[in-house]
Formats: sequence, C-alpha cells, structure tokens
Amino acid sequence: MHHKTLVELGAGLRQGEYSSEELTRACLDRAAVLDPQLNSIITLTGEQALQAARDADARIRSGEAGPLTGIPYAHKDIFCTKGVRTSCGSRMLDNFIAPYDATVTRQLNAAGAVMIGKTNMDEFAMGSSNETSFYGPVSNPWDSETVPGGSSGGSAAAVAARLVPVSTGTDTGGSIRQPAALCGITGLKPTYGRVSRYGMIAFASSLDQAGPFARTAEDAALMLGAMAGFDPRDSTSVERTVEDYTGGLGDSLEGLKIGLPNEFFGEGLDSTVAAAVEAALDEYRKLGAIITEISLPNSQLAVPTYYVVAPAECSSNLSRFDGVRFGYRATDPADLEDLYKRSRGEGFGAEVKRRIMIGTYALSAGYYDAYYLKAQQARRLIREDFIRAFEQVDVIMGPTSPSVAFRLGEKSNNPVTMYLSDIYTIAVNLAGLPGMSIPAGFATDMPVGLQLIGNYFEEARLLNAAHRYQQVTDWHERIPPGYE
Amino acid sequence: MALEAEEVEKIAHLARLGIDHDDIPEYARNLSDILAFVEHLNGVDTRGVEPLAHPLDAVQRLRPDEVTETDEREHFLHNATLTEAGLYLVPKVIE
Repeated sequence: MHHKTLVELGAGLRQGEYSSEELTRACLDRAAVLDPQLNSIITLTGEQALQAARDADARIRSGEAGPLTGIPYAHKDIFCTKGVRTSCGSRMLDNFIAPYDATVTRQLNAAGAVMIGKTNMDEFAMGSSNETSFYGPVSNPWDSETVPGGSSGGSAAAVAARLVPVSTGTDTGGSIRQPAALCGITGLKPTYGRVSRYGMIAFASSLDQAGPFARTAEDAALMLGAMAGFDPRDSTSVERTVEDYTGGLGDSLEGLKIGLPNEFFGEGLDSTVAAAVEAALDEYRKLGAIITEISLPNSQLAVPTYYVVAPAECSSNLSRFDGVRFGYRATDPADLEDLYKRSRGEGFGAEVKRRIMIGTYALSAGYYDAYYLKAQQARRLIREDFIRAFEQVDVIMGPTSPSVAFRLGEKSNNPVTMYLSDIYTIAVNLAGLPGMSIPAGFATDMPVGLQLIGNYFEEARLLNAAHRYQQVTDWHERIPPGYE
Repeated sequence: MALEAEEVEKIAHLARLGIDHDDIPEYARNLSDILAFVEHLNGVDTRGVEPLAHPLDAVQRLRPDEVTETDEREHFLHNATLTEAGLYLVPKVIE
C-alpha cells in the first residue's frame, strides 16, 4: 500500500478495498521499522491516529468522505496540535503540549486526514539541512550519509521513504522546496497569505507560509485545497476564495510562456544539476511551452536581504520564550534576568542564537536604517524584478537548489555557506510568490529538483505545469533503494 | 563589520541570551561573517525606494473589539513549570 498515491489510496478507501484503520496501521508499522534509521519523526501519535482512522472509516461508510478522508499524513512539528507535544525541533519546547490546534491542523482534521506523527525539522525552522534539530539530524532516504534538506527535512524524508503519502511543511526561505528537491518529491509553497499562519510557530512572519509535500502534483493539489483559505485569526491571511486546484490538471501547456532567469544558471550551479534541469526544460518544449530567457537583475541581493529581514523578525518573534509561561525554564535562577538569560541560553541551539543576535543587532539603535530599512528597500527591488518578469512570461523555471543533497556535517560549521544553498528559493519568499519543486532527474544518483515560480495566487497554473510534466516523465515514481 | 567580543556580549544581553564565555569568539567570528555577507547590500542604490514590509502591501485588517476567546486560564497555566494560585511564578523582583 505504501507505493500508492493519495488519489489511489482515497479510491481504495471509498471502494472498501481496505479501511483507514488498516492503512493507518500499515503506515505506523512501516514507520516503526524504517524511521529509527531516518529519524524523520519526533513524535508518533499511534493511538490518536487509530482513533482518527476509525472516525474516518465511519465517515466513509456513511458516504460523507472527501478526497482526504482516512488518508494518513505526517505533520511538521511547527504546527500546534492540541494535546500533542509541539516541539518546533527545539529543546525550548521539548515539554510543550499545544493547548489548541493550528488552523492548518484543524482544516486537515475536518477533511478527515489522519495524522500519524509530528516530523523532525531544523530548530524553529532555521536551517537548510535539518542538522539544527534538538532531536538530531534526519537521513536522506537516497543516501543516509547526506542531508534531506531543511527546514522541513523530516516531512520530506517521510514522504520520499513512503512512510506516508503526504505531509505538511513550512517555507520561509525554501524550507519546502529545497527538501522536496533533495529528497526527490513534490513540494509547494503557496502565495504569502494563502494558508493561515495561526498556530504555526512563527519564525519570520512576513515570509512564513505553509504548504504540502506529496509524490505527485495531483496529490499536492488536493492537500493544498484542504490547507488553504481565509482565516480571520491570522491578520495576514488573504480574503480570497480557494480555487479548485485539481479542476485544471491536464490542461494543455501549448503556448505556455516559461521564463528562465539567466541569473539562475550562472556561477555556483553544479553542472550535473544544470544538465538535469535543461533536460526537464526540453520536456516542456515538447509539451508545447515557449521558453525564453529573462533577467531578475537583483537576484544576488536576495540572500543578504533575507539574512537581515528573517533574523530581525525572528528576534522579535522568539522574544516570547522567556522561561516563564511555557517552554524550557532554567533551574535555580539568581534573579529574573538570570531566569530569562539562562532559560533562553540553555533552551535555544547555536543557529537560533546566531539569528536572534543578528536580528537584535540589525534592529538596535543606530543600526536600524543601515540594515533593516536597507533590506526592506532591497526587498522591493527584488519583488519588482518578478513583477516585470511576469509581464512577459506565465511561469519562471530553474533549479531549486544549486547542488544535490550534501553530506551531513559538510556545511554545518559555516553558516554563510549553508545560507547559500537557498540561493534560488529565497527571492520567492521575499516577493511572496508561489513556488514548487518537482523531481526532474538525477545527478550522481541523487535527485534533482526543478523549481516552478508563479505569479501571485497562480498555484493552479503551477500545479498543472507540474502535473503535465509528471504525465510524461517518471522521475516522481522512483523509489529510494532500501525503501521499495 | 567585524564584531569584538564585548559587542557580542552586549548584543546577547540585549536579546537576554545567556551564552558561554568560551563560545564568544566563535559567535564573534560567525556573526562577523554573516554581517560581512549582508553588507553586500551597501553597494545597492536604494534612493527613493519605498521599504517593503509586506509582500502584498496589505494593511492591518481590523475587527470589532469583542471577546471571541473562551477562558483557558487553567489550560494555559499547565504549560508553565511554576505556577501558584492561578499565577505564573518568577524570582522576586521587588525587595
């Protein structure tokens, strides 16, 4: 059963070939056997999952099932789940039992999806390799010596290893697309404001956005349909109806205008990755797309801009962790200041501390204009590049990541080198646009991701472009050795 | 800009972050590297460019000032390590 997609499993459930309880049990059993080597899951929620599966079975029997009813999924441990530990990959929240559900959690529950566990992630979503997690690194199913990417590394590895058909992630600078690329699966970051951030532990509030991981674009479309929507409890949620993301799947790509930013194909891109991306673009030509070169001249500003904006927002958001109301509390404090400093010093890992300090510095008196204001101005230049590009083309394509999965420990001692692994994804968050990564071949036996970037709220167009490619290729069906 | 040890200590204090004295040189090095990297922005001409705070230029949505949440005091207190009589406990602040 673990080879089947969400669409296939949904059909099997509704036709009574198996129950959700059987399916959920199979996922839990597979996770119990395979996850000790992957470390993709922080908390397995077996009992709750089986109860949710039985509820889903009742719903299926009564003919009230939707496409996600009874489907097991893994949930990034950044989303609050009532009554279940929500750690955000941090010692700080190792003891935190969420008192309420995130809107995404609530909507997936309402759709009848069955959460089997909470997935491993970089601490507070700060990382590109899953190595900053308090719970240890995650292995890439394609090569256990390499990273799965991050920050949603556990969610990507769990889908690639066929523990679950779908999972959730969040993407602040590439944290869905980059792990999807490195693990050989499909991932989608929606337009900023499309999916509610309520109950999703905040890292950088003007950049964070939740989205799905799946093995196919069709499955991702169904997940997005359940996750998206206006939420009055998120002040940045956009009041706009959710489209039917599956309705246009299969539409012709004849005449689709694809733009290739020449800045995405220059120095720094691994030549074997470039070759796989070029081959994928040839498939799009065969599908009738018209490919033209474009320019995003301010691309080189994206990573430096991000590493001012994101740490500034992070230093503000993470000030809530004071050791008093929730989370880790240092023992025997000398006074209140000592309680704050030691709770935060002992509760946060090194990368989180680095980012809090960069943000604190950038926002401090005398430096605000030089760093934060300057970065916000550069951010507008980056967005304007995209606005101009979308006057000429329908979709922008290029590599998701400059290389295939790198080795565990290879970049963990050099923050700036690690930051550059998100060089092609970060600008999309700064502009607030939707982006996807889909499997597009292999380089040195490791998966390569093709990135698709769309105009605001054009998730459906991206999903169709991904779906049409998946109809004529089988990269997304490849299974990591050892996980057959 | 290269940060000295004292500056790292000052930033850590502003952020109320306890860091081990032995780790300060490494933080100074890493933070200096990151700042040197972001200073690439200094060469960009941004005269007259409006700062962008929200990718869709949205403004804060307002709602009526009405109570919408239920009382979850006991529930929320459950996540604190030290509480008493419905209150969070901290070390003595006023002698």
